[in-house]
Amino acid sequence: MKIVVCVKQVPDTTEVEVDKKTGTIIREGVPSILNPFDEFALNLALDIKKETEGTIVVLSMGPPQAEDALKKCLAIGADEAILLSDRAFAGSDTWATSLALADAIALMDDVGLVLCGQQAIDGDTAQVGPEMAQHLEMPHVSYVEEIREISKKSVICKKEVDAGYHIIKCKMPAVITCLATSDFQPKIPSIMEIMKAKRKKLEVWDCQKIGGDADRYGLTGSLTQVVKSYAPSDRGECVMVNEMPEEAVKQILQFLSDEGVIG
Amino acid sequence: MQVSLEKCTGCGLCLKACSFEAITVTDKKANINLDKCTFCGICISACPFDAISMQRLAGTKDVSGYKDVWVFCEQEKGKLKNVASELLGKAAELAEEVDQRLCAVVIGSGIEGLGAKLAGFGAEVVYMVDEEPLGTYSPDAYKAALSMLVNKYKPNMMLFGATHLGRDIAPTVAAHLGLGLTADCTSLSINEEGLLKQTRPAFGGNLMADILTPESRPQMATVRPNVFQRAEPVNTDDFQLIKESITINPRNIRTELVEEISGRVEGEKPVDEAEVVVSGGRGVGAEENFEILRKVAKALKGTIGCSRPIVELGWMPKPRQVGQSGKTVSPTLYVACGISGAIQHKVGIKSSDIIIAINKDPDAPIFEVANLGVVGDIFKILPLLLEELEK
Repeated sequence: MKIVVCVKQVPDTTEVEVDKKTGTIIREGVPSILNPFDEFALNLALDIKKETEGTIVVLSMGPPQAEDALKKCLAIGADEAILLSDRAFAGSDTWATSLALADAIALMDDVGLVLCGQQAIDGDTAQVGPEMAQHLEMPHVSYVEEIREISKKSVICKKEVDAGYHIIKCKMPAVITCLATSDFQPKIPSIMEIMKAKRKKLEVWDCQKIGGDADRYGLTGSLTQVVKSYAPSDRGECVMVNEMPEEAVKQILQFLSDEGVIG
Repeated sequence: MQVSLEKCTGCGLCLKACSFEAITVTDKKANINLDKCTFCGICISACPFDAISMQRLAGTKDVSGYKDVWVFCEQEKGKLKNVASELLGKAAELAEEVDQRLCAVVIGSGIEGLGAKLAGFGAEVVYMVDEEPLGTYSPDAYKAALSMLVNKYKPNMMLFGATHLGRDIAPTVAAHLGLGLTADCTSLSINEEGLLKQTRPAFGGNLMADILTPESRPQMATVRPNVFQRAEPVNTDDFQLIKESITINPRNIRTELVEEISGRVEGEKPVDEAEVVVSGGRGVGAEENFEILRKVAKALKGTIGCSRPIVELGWMPKPRQVGQSGKTVSPTLYVACGISGAIQHKVGIKSSDIIIAINKDPDAPIFEVANLGVVGDIFKILPLLLEELEK
């Protein structure tokens, strides 16, 4: 069985700043990281591999430098890596992204599970996983924290819902999108593992390889269009209160009433 | 819709699965009558041989026939989620602006009574699918019902609450029907061409983006809870109820709910749905100290949340965690108690209307995102505050 893990290289959003004049992200000096949710998904895949025979293929779409994220995945323990990289993919929305990823997965044999992070920390949409499942005609489970059991035909997982958790049994092959649990500690690969990863297969696939119809992907294939981006309006200066508790409470109450929270 | 003649064995399971008599089997091969097909997709999951597939064409050829503003009104065990009335309130403005009807869509099992309720929140038309297999959520069954409605009645816009369920079903339906979708909108308006302008935060709240969906209908978006004012309920029976039925064999639903684990404490709303969130961090010091925060939350008609270390300590379950690796919240009021303000936490609360931070350390980074920063001891301030609030 093949387990495909879809990953994304993202700017570390905790260090992102916006150019207030142009309304664009200042990318300079912002480190690129492996999307943390995807890293958790890869770890679930590694756990599954311990129990069952299988190969883990990591798949990403992005510019050539996204190879770095894939190399990290190989060092952590993935067996093969594929990078979808082509100018034709640039500017993809979630529809076009999920389509390209699904077209690539459709070329692989014996895929039992497709895992990915719930969402990427740059876009935060959580749409690519479920959309990919539709393109692949596979069922899906989202917000998964834990995979409890896996057999040839089905997978049982623990999924977060608004009111707690659901244990879901899902037919395979399936797409699973993963949350990270709070105790999740990313693996730091050793030098040996990094060296070993260099001998693993890392392929770059272009648009031709997955079907060739460039109009299906990228900006042309996208159904949504970003027409404007800008820095969010400022909250303004924080009003500081540094008084005795009684006075502080008075000011909190005044503030709440000014803001209309209390009558 | 296509049937692969190579893979089809003529077993007829798809024929049985179809609610619309769109499938016939002749010469041991299935045939789909596209005039009857509603593209609900249930036959795809019913086929054991993966013989049926759907060519998903991106976009809508002719967008002119698509009218009305739809709100998918999520219900759980017959109870409407708050976000449904928030969206109906906002969608009423949008509908008026484009001079189209405001319609509610509700699906589930045993939900008859919700029709009048939704009309009370302003819906002129209520589309309802009330079938047993829709009693518990599954992407397959919900997708089948919603796709059928969309294909039959052709709405111009369709809004979903950005809840766990909404963020799961919206992309499922969107991709199934080849439609664009914008996630987690915090503002919606109509532009000069009459298109839905969808505004959403990205890059951890550092950037706002305005997004249009010019070529596909309905224009679909999920919207964060608490962003819009709830519609005021009125008593009315002046609405049109359109009930549709669809037969879904449970066998064709590929996911099954095995067990429910409640993470809900009676009377405590999920953090991403509450209008007021009172959150505690390491400064709270001990598990039992959260009691005072709970009481303050209750007095403010809100709910309790926490920062990541609290979940790691096991004092609070993970669904209560606010921040980038937990829940992104957008309440009217966020009160941070003893939270220093790690960047991941600040990112998760940025879209709150107002933020009050209480912390001993005057240099705590949480004050950078607060509107009101109180330097002091939460154990002295909170009891006094509670006393005043309860008066």
